[in-house]
Amino acid sequence: MNVSFLLNGETVDVDTHPTQTLLDWLREQRHLTGTKEGCNEGDCGACSVMVTDQNGARTLNACILFMPQLQGKAVRTVEGLAAPDGNLHPVQQAMIDNHASQCGFCTPGFVMSMATGHLNGRTDHDDILAGNLCRCTGYAPIIRAAKASEGAPVPDHMRDTPLHLDAKAQIPAPETSDALAEWYIAHPNGTLIAGATDVGLWVTKHFTDLTDVAFLNRCTDLQQIDDQGDTLRIGAAATMTDVLAAMRDLHPSYAEMIRRYGSEQVRNAATIGGNIANGSPIGDNPPALIALGATLHLRQGDTRRDMPIEDFFIAYGKQDRQSGEFVEAVTIPKSAPALRCYKLSKRFDQDISAVCGCFNVTVEDTKITAARIAFGGMAGTPMRAALLEAALVGRPWAFDTLQAAAAKLTEDFHPMSDMRASAAYRMEAAQGQLLRYFDDINGNETNVLEVRA
Amino acid sequence: MSVSKPLPHDAAKLHVTGTARYVDDVPMPTGTLHLAFGTSTIARGTLKSVNLENVKNAPGVVAVLRASDLPFANDVSPSIHDEPLLSDGSVHYVGQPIFLVVARTHLQARFAARQGEISYIEETPILSIEDALAADTRFEEGPRVYTKGDVDAALTSAPNRLQGQFEMGGQEHFYLEGQAALALPQEGGDMVVHSSTQHPTEIQHKVADALGVEMHAVRVEIRRMGGGFGGKESQGNALAVSCAIVARLTGQPCKMRYDRDDDMTITGKRHDFRIDYDVGYDASGRLTGIDFTHYTRCGWAQDLSLPVADRAMLHADNAYLLPAARITSHRLKTNMQSATAYRGFGGPQGMLGIERVMDHVAHALGKDPAEVRRVNYYAAPDALSGSSEGKPGTGRRYRGAHSPSPEADNTTPYDMEVTDFILHEMTEKLLADADYEGRKAAVSEWNANHATLKKGIAFSPVKFGISFTLTHLNQAGALVHVYQDGSIQLNHGGTEMGQGLFQKVAQVAAARFGVDVSAVKITATDTGKVPNTSATAASSGTDLNGMAVQNACDTIRDRMAECLGGLHGIATEDVVFRDGLVVVGDVEMSFADAAKTVYENRISLSATGFYKTPEVAWDRIAGKGRPFFYFAYGASLSEVVIDTLTGENRLLRVDILHDAGASLNPALDIGQIEGGFVQGAGWLTTEELVWDDAGRLRTHAPSTYKIPACSDRPEIFNVSLWDGENRAETVYRSKAVGEPPFMLGISTHMALADACGACGSTYPDLQAPATAQEVLQAVKRTRA
Repeated sequence: MNVSFLLNGETVDVDTHPTQTLLDWLREQRHLTGTKEGCNEGDCGACSVMVTDQNGARTLNACILFMPQLQGKAVRTVEGLAAPDGNLHPVQQAMIDNHASQCGFCTPGFVMSMATGHLNGRTDHDDILAGNLCRCTGYAPIIRAAKASEGAPVPDHMRDTPLHLDAKAQIPAPETSDALAEWYIAHPNGTLIAGATDVGLWVTKHFTDLTDVAFLNRCTDLQQIDDQGDTLRIGAAATMTDVLAAMRDLHPSYAEMIRRYGSEQVRNAATIGGNIANGSPIGDNPPALIALGATLHLRQGDTRRDMPIEDFFIAYGKQDRQSGEFVEAVTIPKSAPALRCYKLSKRFDQDISAVCGCFNVTVEDTKITAARIAFGGMAGTPMRAALLEAALVGRPWAFDTLQAAAAKLTEDFHPMSDMRASAAYRMEAAQGQLLRYFDDINGNETNVLEVRA
Repeated sequence: MSVSKPLPHDAAKLHVTGTARYVDDVPMPTGTLHLAFGTSTIARGTLKSVNLENVKNAPGVVAVLRASDLPFANDVSPSIHDEPLLSDGSVHYVGQPIFLVVARTHLQARFAARQGEISYIEETPILSIEDALAADTRFEEGPRVYTKGDVDAALTSAPNRLQGQFEMGGQEHFYLEGQAALALPQEGGDMVVHSSTQHPTEIQHKVADALGVEMHAVRVEIRRMGGGFGGKESQGNALAVSCAIVARLTGQPCKMRYDRDDDMTITGKRHDFRIDYDVGYDASGRLTGIDFTHYTRCGWAQDLSLPVADRAMLHADNAYLLPAARITSHRLKTNMQSATAYRGFGGPQGMLGIERVMDHVAHALGKDPAEVRRVNYYAAPDALSGSSEGKPGTGRRYRGAHSPSPEADNTTPYDMEVTDFILHEMTEKLLADADYEGRKAAVSEWNANHATLKKGIAFSPVKFGISFTLTHLNQAGALVHVYQDGSIQLNHGGTEMGQGLFQKVAQVAAARFGVDVSAVKITATDTGKVPNTSATAASSGTDLNGMAVQNACDTIRDRMAECLGGLHGIATEDVVFRDGLVVVGDVEMSFADAAKTVYENRISLSATGFYKTPEVAWDRIAGKGRPFFYFAYGASLSEVVIDTLTGENRLLRVDILHDAGASLNPALDIGQIEGGFVQGAGWLTTEELVWDDAGRLRTHAPSTYKIPACSDRPEIFNVSLWDGENRAETVYRSKAVGEPPFMLGISTHMALADACGACGSTYPDLQAPATAQEVLQAVKRTRA
């Protein structure tokens, strides 16, 4: 198939196959070797590139970015970061001046993330760079460089304009959810690819031969986040970056959890629908959505059905999804002041949760009247803590109540041991999160990330 | 002068523009073939049947090799020939290469490598320390033991005594650039190999053996690595040898690079250790005797495990005078990746053992751990000499209450006199500058007012021995050319892996000729230019190669001075090289004009240089001698917070004072310190290697193995260089700085233990790595 996009300001037309990655193409076909392969799974950021489309410029991991996803977009690699006259980009100069590269292998990825953040006027450097690993510097000089370049003007060449393509694209990328529904009915064994942050690894790590695929990134109506009064309807193809923005004011604790979900590059690609549909027991959105009481919207052809999102997860690897049926959207309440989301992982940023506990307890006149508590990492699916909830409802809102009820978690869940945590620790930490919830709601200091020396 | 200037890394501009070339970026000739290993899925056993039909029939496959197809040596071991390139029929760990796929593309090779059908006769793998001790599988005939004094008597008569057991995990290097090699066949059976290696000479040696040729037929080149950290000292052998063999068999260029999962599954890591201790001490916390037992899992092959375990023993004292000590070291053979060199090379493990003891003793006595550490310090040199004068240029003289009397013993457990100890002064300065007392009080106050979030603060020192403990490795060569236009080309045996070695050495060369460093062209390390090199390891790169280059430059400079002095009637020693000029009496000429004149007078402008470290002598079996030319010192203070409900924890502030001698480049040295610290803190916190009961490594990608990310660095991170010259005669009196700062990260672990200790009165007994899970267990132990 043929894909057209801008590469460092020049239009390229590429004959490619559906699962060729941008990284392989850049390095092997174009001999642009500045973009590096560090892990080939989107976890190190050495392959970071800037991609501009109608929604602006963002960083993506080229190693799990399939060529058809670039149709009509503008890609800028490290080779296109300095100005055409050779003048270094301000972040490049600042990296040199601050001694921020040592071995230099991660550096192209870092400067691309930094330059994209700079272009977008952002100064939350730790978040911008959470998806770029450096083993040499300890990051201190890189942050100094990022700060030093904050005020510098954005070079003109950094503002890419995506292509306007007249000809209908050859790539299998439905432009509407109606078209997608039709395609999926006709290709029930096909694979839907939204951000490819999961499917990308099927290809790069497991050599899965995906030929029958549909790319969702052109399906703009699936990407909408609609305010419906008391509720928010989030399209399945909304990226986690968009969801994060939407949650900042509505559900700040959920937003803080999403801030630590994946990385900038991963959130820019990953979609909320993908995180739900793959049914992973350690996806971070489902526990939050369950605690919120979200409604999941599924579509098969022209048939639609809704369900409480917790009902979607039947068992490990098994969801309530029919052949040719896809997640279309999820609807959440806009108000949930008692929602708190606690993501526990070995590393704070860009790590998969060992336990993700989400709590939403309603208290009226000092009495607990309702409780929605859900966990990831504690069972084969994201799951409500039904016995715990039952033990809380009707009781007074008090530390003793929570402490007494915490034991119910041992009946609700029988977690497993793996490389992320032992079963016993998962249980202890889940109970700890429950107790933290009490302190948190009562306004006590509970978050080590907010403590300063 | 170019030395001591904070110049940027020589390749900084290439790094930020993506034009710095690594092995995988070298343009490949047409027809280059790509290789991948098919690996074992079991930890121990023998091959029963190997069906490779599907491999051979996979798309793009050109050939598949097994051990019997190798023309000469089937060996990639850096030590005792116990590491076959491809399985000889026996299988020793999950991930061991069994067959080698040759294909048209990298992806085709990787795909085909997974299509093998292999059945095994499985045996129960030896995985744990207990397994290995029970089966008595070990390297060397038994444990190594170093002894000083009568330990048993010292322990028996000690006023106080305690015992403990401490486990510390290994560590994946996670160099961002995976292992890679490219072999280019030459005429007459010669071979050129580009290898991402810290040890080009060993690559040359192993390739020559595998091709059945002499070393002169193999040339190995490496311009830079994307990180090494010890992981490319021996672990690149398999790739380079594979490429060379297939290039020889096919006549075509061959490239091999590991995918990250393969890299982590196949290659060795830092040795994990368990350290048992039995220690006697007095009421002040002064140790009277200690008995250490080290157990380390070396994996399936010997690799570099003996010197690693030796170095752990050699750092079992760290900064502390041990009046009586016994260190017993078990080097256990297990069915896992063969543990290998990693920054510090056993030193961090040994050091962590004694730091843990200091922490434990302080807890038992209810004393400030920093105070207990200082009570146990070696004596300062002036205290030893009895001189009342402070050494000039080394800061204030120290003669505090903690200094032992001048006559006191000041030897290590391996019988080396410590004559350059500067930690008294460094500690005093760091703790004062970082307001240790004030902050310790503030931490206590915080803990009194917070039930759930607890803070901790801890100090730890570093004394790290500099030199290869295998004495003959302490040598280096250089090759310097001055061209007739005055430009200088520099080559030496060291390799660049990001540490800034090339720039520091170029600064030395520029200083010798009195020119700007821009006049010096740094070139790739090349076994054809400088032969018989040692690995760039043991922090020795600048000490050895800087001196070799200095000697080469001085040879050329002296020839130039003699020639020019002769032409102008000036004594050789009065010819001056400075500011890009050569001053010969009243005549000033540019360095370029000087070079041209010397060339026209038919004087050689090319020279080799050689250096060997003086004074070192070491008997590793007896455990006696002087293994180190000098010690490098450092001091760090960490402050942390923990959540006692989940164990989540965070590093809040770090203050470091580090001794780089008279720094050749303070910017690069501070870079080593900041980076080393964070890597050390990572080792002891989030970086956890997990093997399952079948011996499979479950943490083989960055998704599951968590090195520090950007936000894990301490928000307040103050790093200063100690202002003082090396007492030993090193290049411009600088000190090695590659490994020592790694161990500054130990203070983070001690601070976490301190925070756990705030939860109760029992010793927290915090193990390593201190993941959130481990911190929560320590909190529970403290409350018990």
